[in-house]
Amino acid sequence: MKLDTSGLESVAPVWGAPGELVDGFAAAPSFELPNPADFDGFQKEAIQMVKPAKGTTTLAFIFKEGVMVAADSRASMGGYISSQSVKKIIEINPYMLGTMAGGAADCQFWHRNLGIKCRLHELANKRRISVTGASKLLANILYSYRGMGLSIGTMIAGWDETGPGLYYVDSEGGRLKGMRFSVGSGSPYAYGVLDNGYRYDMSIEEAAELARRAIYHATFRDGASGGVASVYYVGPNGWKKLSGDDVGELYYKYYPVIPSTVEQEMVEVEWEVEVEQEMVEGAGA
Amino acid sequence: MKSDAINVPQNEIAAFLYFSPLSTKCFSAPFTMTKQQANWSPYDNNGGSCVAIAGADYCVIAADTRMSTGYNILTRDYSKICKLADKCVMASSGFQADVKALQKQLAARHLIYQHQHNKQMSCPAMAQLLSNTLYYKRFFPYYSFNVLGGLDNEGKGCVFTYDAVGSYEKVGYSSQGSGSTLIMPFLDNQLKSPSPLLLPAQDAVTPLMEAEAIDLVKTVFASASERDIYTGDKLEIVVINADGIRREYMDLRKD
Repeated sequence: MKLDTSGLESVAPVWGAPGELVDGFAAAPSFELPNPADFDGFQKEAIQMVKPAKGTTTLAFIFKEGVMVAADSRASMGGYISSQSVKKIIEINPYMLGTMAGGAADCQFWHRNLGIKCRLHELANKRRISVTGASKLLANILYSYRGMGLSIGTMIAGWDETGPGLYYVDSEGGRLKGMRFSVGSGSPYAYGVLDNGYRYDMSIEEAAELARRAIYHATFRDGASGGVASVYYVGPNGWKKLSGDDVGELYYKYYPVIPSTVEQEMVEVEWEVEVEQEMVEGAGA
Repeated sequence: MKSDAINVPQNEIAAFLYFSPLSTKCFSAPFTMTKQQANWSPYDNNGGSCVAIAGADYCVIAADTRMSTGYNILTRDYSKICKLADKCVMASSGFQADVKALQKQLAARHLIYQHQHNKQMSCPAMAQLLSNTLYYKRFFPYYSFNVLGGLDNEGKGCVFTYDAVGSYEKVGYSSQGSGSTLIMPFLDNQLKSPSPLLLPAQDAVTPLMEAEAIDLVKTVFASASERDIYTGDKLEIVVINADGIRREYMDLRKD
């Protein structure tokens, strides 16, 4: 059983005439599939073995100045934190970003693949691909692998000729256009903060602070989110990373410890102990 | 680690039924028939742990040399470390047959690269090649947990850590394998470096000297061997620096 791998093929042959010395490595790569009696059961077991790192908080929203994208950086495998420094905001090209939620390998690979296809589009059509087009490319690929166990919940954010663009794409084949999205186990908490503070006409600093706070609050309450809160801004000149703050330190920044005045301080006083001992000895003697 | 059956036949009486997972013919039984499932798994776990630490101008990669299956030790002298390029070494734990196949695949691809580009692959390039190679088996994965270590083009140490299907990340240090849950917290305690995601950026490379890093690795494996049954026998340490690659060994507990 062969899968549709047109997503992996490049336009020009990479290795030259096929079938020669480099056979086996020259052919366009395709996904092998095993042939067990129970494919679904085997896939479930394979997924268990792989245990894709999930549990995350990512968010993105469109506002007057462009698109703000933010994410945490924790990867968990069950209850074990496998990494606190995962890059969940993937730079597809200088003016488009993708966020990662779900299986880390799935998101990394297919975003890298999307970047390649966007570049090929530029070369073939002499103009940049739109956010609509890029998200559709990804959504179509994911739809063709629907049911195979890929786990991807991503947002494609970018700036093209029509202005800022934001799409949510997932591995079930869904693709939604919108102004505000949050994806991951911490998304309910992020939505609470984001929806409360959102205004279309915010400045870049205000929007960045809103995004940072939303991620911070999600990491505060969701055990599967944490690490570093990264905030990116996508504007007419492309994306720019605005900040990367450790959420532990953000806590003390938002809730600083005020040293309280001490009324009575306990001090070790030597002579009191000596007097007591004398009294005890005196009593014993 | 036992190779788990995907589904264990539900009752003993099933033995009377003609065993054929693919066949639709079955002798009918007077009691309820249970569906026969394949109980052969293509995977096994041969255990072991690996560690890699990146320094300012060196990289240390280490792995134990015990190969086991279930509660048995197959051999005390199996190397889990493979040199992929001049400045790039990979250590893998998991299912060693898949590891061997993966190493061969990477070596072959590296050879093609050398013929086409007339130079060795750099460590970051090999890192991405490994990621893609692992992901091409996304639906029938290599049961291989890898750490890649080496020097980048500027001579700085770099370590890449992977999951079984190819998600990877450049880090200052990492451990994989059966002892990784014991080793990783200790490395975090000693080496925790600022996250590469912080802005303004801070260096992720450990401030340790090469000799200190080797000492740390020996300590870490000695501790892991105490509490992990799959780690032990002998420790193989590979050090890459500007002078080249060298190998060291240290004895570990054999029990």
